[in-house]
Amino acid sequence: MSVPLGAYLVLSAALFTMGVTGVLVRRNALVVFMSIELMLNSVNLSFIAFARQLGRIEGQVSVFFVMVIAAVEVVVGLAIIVAIFRTRDTVDIDDVDLLRG
Amino acid sequence: MGNALPVLIIAFPLAGWLLNGLLGGRLPRRMVGLIGSGTVALSFLLALAVARRPEVAGDGWRVTLYTWIAAGEFALPFSLLVDRLSTVMILVVSGVGFLIHVYSIGYMGEDAAYSRYFAYLNLFIASMLLLVLGGSLLTLFVGWELVGLCSYLLIGFWFARPAAATAGRKAFVVNRIGDAAFLLGMVALALGAGTLEFDGVFAAMSDLAPATVTAITLLLFAGATGKSAQLPLYTWLPDAMEGPTPVSALIHAATMVTAGVYMVGRLYPLFAHAGLTLTVVAVVGGLTALFAATIALVQWDLKRVLAYSTISQLGYMFVGLGVFAPEAGMFHLTTQAFFKALLFLAAGSVMHAMGGVIDMRRLGALARPLRWTAIGFVLGALAMSGFPFFSGYFSKELILERAFEHGRGSLLLLVWVAGLATSFVTAAYITRAAMLTFAPPPAPDRPHDAHPHEAPPSMAAPMGVLAVLSVFGGILGAQTAGAPLLRWLEGFFQLEAHDAGAPVALTPLTVAVGLLGIAFGYLAYRGRRELPLGAVGVFFARHWGLQPLYDQVITGSARWVGTALADVVEVRLIDGAVNGLAALAGYAGGAVRRVQTGYVRHYAAAILGGTVLLLGYWLLR
Repeated sequence: MSVPLGAYLVLSAALFTMGVTGVLVRRNALVVFMSIELMLNSVNLSFIAFARQLGRIEGQVSVFFVMVIAAVEVVVGLAIIVAIFRTRDTVDIDDVDLLRG
Repeated sequence: MGNALPVLIIAFPLAGWLLNGLLGGRLPRRMVGLIGSGTVALSFLLALAVARRPEVAGDGWRVTLYTWIAAGEFALPFSLLVDRLSTVMILVVSGVGFLIHVYSIGYMGEDAAYSRYFAYLNLFIASMLLLVLGGSLLTLFVGWELVGLCSYLLIGFWFARPAAATAGRKAFVVNRIGDAAFLLGMVALALGAGTLEFDGVFAAMSDLAPATVTAITLLLFAGATGKSAQLPLYTWLPDAMEGPTPVSALIHAATMVTAGVYMVGRLYPLFAHAGLTLTVVAVVGGLTALFAATIALVQWDLKRVLAYSTISQLGYMFVGLGVFAPEAGMFHLTTQAFFKALLFLAAGSVMHAMGGVIDMRRLGALARPLRWTAIGFVLGALAMSGFPFFSGYFSKELILERAFEHGRGSLLLLVWVAGLATSFVTAAYITRAAMLTFAPPPAPDRPHDAHPHEAPPSMAAPMGVLAVLSVFGGILGAQTAGAPLLRWLEGFFQLEAHDAGAPVALTPLTVAVGLLGIAFGYLAYRGRRELPLGAVGVFFARHWGLQPLYDQVITGSARWVGTALADVVEVRLIDGAVNGLAALAGYAGGAVRRVQTGYVRHYAAAILGGTVLLLGYWLLR
């Protein structure tokens, strides 16, 4: 018995919503970061589900791109977080508000 | 190779300008002076070589360099034209220019901006050479404008002095008024004749309506009044005295002010085609000659006396041009170049010796310490007053004679009368200047600490050469010597032999008038420092009433307009618009700055909201 498409999409939407909520409400930069990863991977899940359903390869290709980009983004993002921690001794993103108008 | 010669004549001073302008600050002073005067000397030698070419004496030697303008039917090559007229001019410009360069080596020896000075001087010579060698009116105009620029740069050479900076601006602006008319005339000519090359213009002019030719030539002459400082645009030249004295000599003798005379001579067939214009030229010339001479009579600044005398002598030249005697006008241009350069260099020598004092009220009794300068000045003065057998005698004589013949039996005789009166005033004011400067008694407040010393050889030698030329230059136009210059120029202008009518022995009259002027000047200022002229003197000093007119009506109204523009339009309109926009941007920024909280989550939420909105729009539309 195969899992229907709708189940994948529901799971994907649920994960995405968790990610968004995490980004919006958490103050720890690392957690925000993980939430972003969650959003990316929820989208990956729906890509795969559609690719499987439609029997086409493009969705899987896109997932590879997203993974590569996510890996790169992690490198840059962690570097920024480390730099912020070194200079300000905190990873609380609400303390980093130099651009307040 | 042969074709390169005329180009090289211009190229040498231009190269000197580049060398001194770019590297002059790093070269030794001796080298700067050498480059400056050497390049002009080379030009002079080349001019001599070019003058001997057979085609120059014939139809003229045209060197076309490249097609400059090709716009539809209108095509204009960039060409140089060496013919009898331009040969005379390049010889005068480069020859007298060279002497003034040599003089400057000594005169400007102490100046900090030595190389800048020589760079400008070279550019001045190059511009003037381009002006006289240009093969079309447009090429001439390029030189014309460059000369104006150089005069601005050199008059305002000591730009730290407000008076010098103002004088430079004034020269530029007044010239610009004439140039605007010149430009209009040139455009009208290009539209009418379809070309601006001199040969083409002369070929096409018979097809033009006489009124058109008159209008064109009047506009061009208006340009000449600006450049050659005639009424009513003469005001810039006396102020040009703020520049270094050799520059004044250059402007007054070789470059710049002779450009207007040359231009009329260059386009003489066109001017001769429009009789009315030539009458205007003669009247303006005669009037200016007398007008400026009377003003020179009441000046206290030695250089200003000479400045007004230049305006007056230029008037003579225009009289010559106006009475169908262009070769006489050009002859006077040549002799004037000699004696005016000499007078200016002598004045510069006085200034040099007296530590910059040039006010004749503070000079006097300088003949003994400055013997050679005094001799030079007196020789130049005699040449200018038309003392028999000096150079000025021959040229002025010729102009007056032709003016008399041309005007006989008509109102134009008044031009001759003005010329004759000028002759008297000229002799009087230059004698006055010589007496006040060189003859005893010394002025009571003559600077005591200044020890008058004779000029160094680099200044004395050019004065010596110019003195010889001022004395003997008349041979160029003396009938007994075959008048080589006049024959040479008659071959260019090729006017029909003028109807001399019954010859009248005018020479004794003009000579007598000149001698009377000298005697008047001598007797009036012998042993005396001042001769009150009363109301007449005031009248002269106020430029026959023109001075208040210029100051109040023209300058005053221009200033009023300028103030109105500056205080109202500038402040309210332009600044208001600019400041208003800036304030608007400020308010708008203040309103939206609250959005910029600095919290990452707010930005993320905004992105999310925007995405949702966009997606919603797509889904629901």
